[in-house]
Amino acid sequence: MSSVRADADPQPPGARGQAGPVLAVRDLSVAYAMDRGAVLAVDRVSFELYPGEFLGIVGESGCGKSTLLFAIAQLLASPAAVIGGSVDFKGVNLVGMTDSRLTAVRWRDMSVVMQSAMNALNPVKSIGSQFKDAMKAHGVTSADEIAGRSAEVLRMVGIDPVHLKSFPHQLSGGMRQRSMIAMALLFTPDLVIMDEPTSALDVVAQRSLMVQIKNLQAELGFAVIFVTHDMSLVSHFSQRLMVMYAGQVAEWGATRSVFDTPRHPYSIGLMDAFPSIKGERVPLTGIPGRPPDLSRRQQGCWFAPRCPQVMAVCTETNPDLYPVRDALVRCLLYAAGADGAGADRAGADGKAGGD
Amino acid sequence: MSMPISGVSTAGPAGPAGPEPATGAPAGPAAPPATRALSRMARAVRSNRKATVGAVLLGIFILVGLFPGLIAHDNPNADAYAPRLGISTAHLLGTTAYGQDMFAQVIWGTRNVLIIAFVAGLATTGIAVLVGVAAAYLGGLWDGSLSLFTDVLLVIPIFPLLIVIAAYLHGGTTIVLILVITVTSWSYTARQLRSQALSLRNRDFLAAARVRGERRLYIIVVEVIPTMTSLLVACFLTNALYAVLFASSLQFIGLGDPNTVSWGTMLYWAQNNAALQTGQPMWAIAPGACIAVLGAAFALLNYAFDEIGNPALRSVRRTRVKRAG
Amino acid sequence: MDEPLLRTDRLTRHFKIGSALSRRTLHAVDDVSMAIGAREIVALAGESGSGKTTIARLLAKLYQPTSGEIYFAGRPLSSIRSRTDLLRYRGEVPVVFQDPFSATNPVFRASHGILRALTLHRPELSRQQRYDEAQRAFEAVGLAPAAEIMQRYPHELSGGQRQRVGFAQALAMRPKLILADEPVSMLDVSIRIGLLNVMADLRDKQGVSVLYITHDIASARYVADRLIVMYAGHIAEAGPVEEVLARPRHPYTQLLLSAVPDPRAELHVTEETDKGEPPRVIDPTPGCRFRWRCPLAIDECHSVTPPLRELVPGHSAACHVARADAATVAFR
Repeated sequence: MSSVRADADPQPPGARGQAGPVLAVRDLSVAYAMDRGAVLAVDRVSFELYPGEFLGIVGESGCGKSTLLFAIAQLLASPAAVIGGSVDFKGVNLVGMTDSRLTAVRWRDMSVVMQSAMNALNPVKSIGSQFKDAMKAHGVTSADEIAGRSAEVLRMVGIDPVHLKSFPHQLSGGMRQRSMIAMALLFTPDLVIMDEPTSALDVVAQRSLMVQIKNLQAELGFAVIFVTHDMSLVSHFSQRLMVMYAGQVAEWGATRSVFDTPRHPYSIGLMDAFPSIKGERVPLTGIPGRPPDLSRRQQGCWFAPRCPQVMAVCTETNPDLYPVRDALVRCLLYAAGADGAGADRAGADGKAGGD
Repeated sequence: MSMPISGVSTAGPAGPAGPEPATGAPAGPAAPPATRALSRMARAVRSNRKATVGAVLLGIFILVGLFPGLIAHDNPNADAYAPRLGISTAHLLGTTAYGQDMFAQVIWGTRNVLIIAFVAGLATTGIAVLVGVAAAYLGGLWDGSLSLFTDVLLVIPIFPLLIVIAAYLHGGTTIVLILVITVTSWSYTARQLRSQALSLRNRDFLAAARVRGERRLYIIVVEVIPTMTSLLVACFLTNALYAVLFASSLQFIGLGDPNTVSWGTMLYWAQNNAALQTGQPMWAIAPGACIAVLGAAFALLNYAFDEIGNPALRSVRRTRVKRAG
Repeated sequence: MDEPLLRTDRLTRHFKIGSALSRRTLHAVDDVSMAIGAREIVALAGESGSGKTTIARLLAKLYQPTSGEIYFAGRPLSSIRSRTDLLRYRGEVPVVFQDPFSATNPVFRASHGILRALTLHRPELSRQQRYDEAQRAFEAVGLAPAAEIMQRYPHELSGGQRQRVGFAQALAMRPKLILADEPVSMLDVSIRIGLLNVMADLRDKQGVSVLYITHDIASARYVADRLIVMYAGHIAEAGPVEEVLARPRHPYTQLLLSAVPDPRAELHVTEETDKGEPPRVIDPTPGCRFRWRCPLAIDECHSVTPPLRELVPGHSAACHVARADAATVAFR
């Protein structure tokens, strides 16, 4: 399944001129083994990520975004397992790789920033000694080099290196998250995966952290996959956006395009669920109903029970991803090149883009 | 206000666009949490193989304890037979040095052991609940003093204390044994329950109950304790197990009433008559094995409750998921 | 001017921290004087550590104030002594908690809390009447079919449904003011709007006031009539919500507004994005607590704690630099 090039898509730094994508995920599927049967948490997700690109993955609880992240980073634990597809990192398929081969990749070329720093950082070790552990695990032995690099990464994220001696509980929430990011950058990886790194932070700290990440990305050229439930947060920072629902890709395209003209009724609903602080104060509705129970596989589109634009065929046919101008949308409204008809419908609901 | 889009209302997630007319009769008070907890426990026991085995064993012992006369036809106390007989169809385990039928003794002794196990187990757990949960919820000075009291008792080694008290009371009937065991054993469980209750203390539903206007006693009894049922049952099983072991040990060293028919007293008499050395191994082995098996039954049952408390331990019968790559 | 429904007068709450030897105090809430009227939703906004949760606990009588007073319908809360009076207050000012997963007892059905609340606060009702009232409350918050949902256990309900149960419980007591402590922050985004609409409904149809505590300015704007912004235990700014958002007078309010991500707006990423975080206020010296992060700080800000001044009728700010006639421009 090919990924989509947006015409208006700005070239990210570290351009596409280079040989191939940093990460190519093809038809990746993850299932959980439960009492009642296997539950498909991630259903045939595909995308490509180029050097220096910032990809936002957006969805609510249960949509599979965190599972997808863990699958890419090869961090899945039983009862979850990858049951299909491939994750090509710099040309090599990570799925099925042994732990020893993965260690070479981990942290040097690909690192992960978890959701809550307090859960990921060791509370009884100082920041500095945790950095030292990470570096030693990857073969760096010189004490000078360790000290130097530790101080350097902390400065990069805006923390005074004196905090190498501090323990996690002595730092504020924002500083803890930053030190997690610093740790992820120790070996200047090509890809940094972030799972909701800002959700525990206040809005001001959140904003400054995002700006920091963006600046570091411009400076060091790594690609970022950023998973969040907060659509408005990624809107300013990502080039491409993937909206997930029930383990599937619901909509996928250039960020501006998905924001200005969302096409999937779920994306439209999600956009509608964010009250704005500027402009008119309008009544909003959110999305009625709740996310589906993935253990009850059904015919047809997962979103049909909650969809305001549902049609009869939606409960019979499983929609594929259909191309709509510069995006891919998993919605029967856009099937068989019904390009114009679908877009008009989406526009009629008040989310008109530049029509 | 929000406007429905194409007929889909924003009222809750239920299908119909509006509320359905209510059926007249009230559902009454919610099914008491006890019955619900019991069914949950039954399910846990059935689904866990170890626990099922334990339950079956315990069930057998209980049946034996309830109807000993149906199984063993001899009077356990009567010195009616020739002494030191071996195993035969007339005497399934042989006879003791005093001519008593050993099988009858084992069967009739079950009752005594079970009574001690259940009563001491319940009493120990009961006191532990009162002290532990109250200390956790009341906090402050109450917690300080109750915890101090608990900790002091905890530090004293149980078995020597048991011996001292039982000796002071000149050896004991069953009631004395139960009392002694209860008094020395409750502190460990109280500590456990206090920790658990403390972890619950900041749960919002307790603050919600307080803000609703409930009294503190109500909150402790109705809101806190029911959420701890599986831990309480697990504690009960552990305490019952230890009661069996302690009681039998006390009886073995002669601090029980030697005329009671019980497994521990059988061991006492067996020891007195050097049973193992004089070729009457059954006299020691039979009661010893029973103690071990009953203890194992309690321990096996406990596995089910471990899992209720910690779902990660559940051995799920998993559907096979073929890994890729 | 009528006596407002709830009024605080220089409300203060300190906590002692550290060991018994160190005499340090944490100033969670200092000198807060605010008012909530009938039939209005007041949003209390601030970051963590601003004191907003402590205020909720003080108003709910879960904490006692260190100093200052709270007046409900003209009566000071400190005069509540008997259990009957306390029960009546709890029925008039119930609380909805933040975490739907820990705010319901998993052992009982969804109807448990509301039936208990009715038993305690409306003892004149018979059992059948209580049941009917509970049903009515469930329907009023959008839980339908009420009879069926009341029979479910909490783990069979979604987070959004559980929060609605929380509101139904509060509603059943026929309250005057509901204290909602971050009721939507743990819910999925698409579910939040539904709950916010429930709150607006309660104000419009049931005449109940709501104190909506949140860190999300956008949702505060959506549902509230008035906005109070807190910083480090003090009120920074207060006024009608549209007025405060359109013409913020306190530099901190400006900072907050500039940091809120808004997908429909353009992003202005400036070089000096504020990296600071709200302070933990321990043994503070006099002066404005925002002064270290404020680009407009003057000498007076370092020595004199700014009082909350009414700059424009209904709109006050605690800032030496704020002016009545022009908006303060500190952060873009």
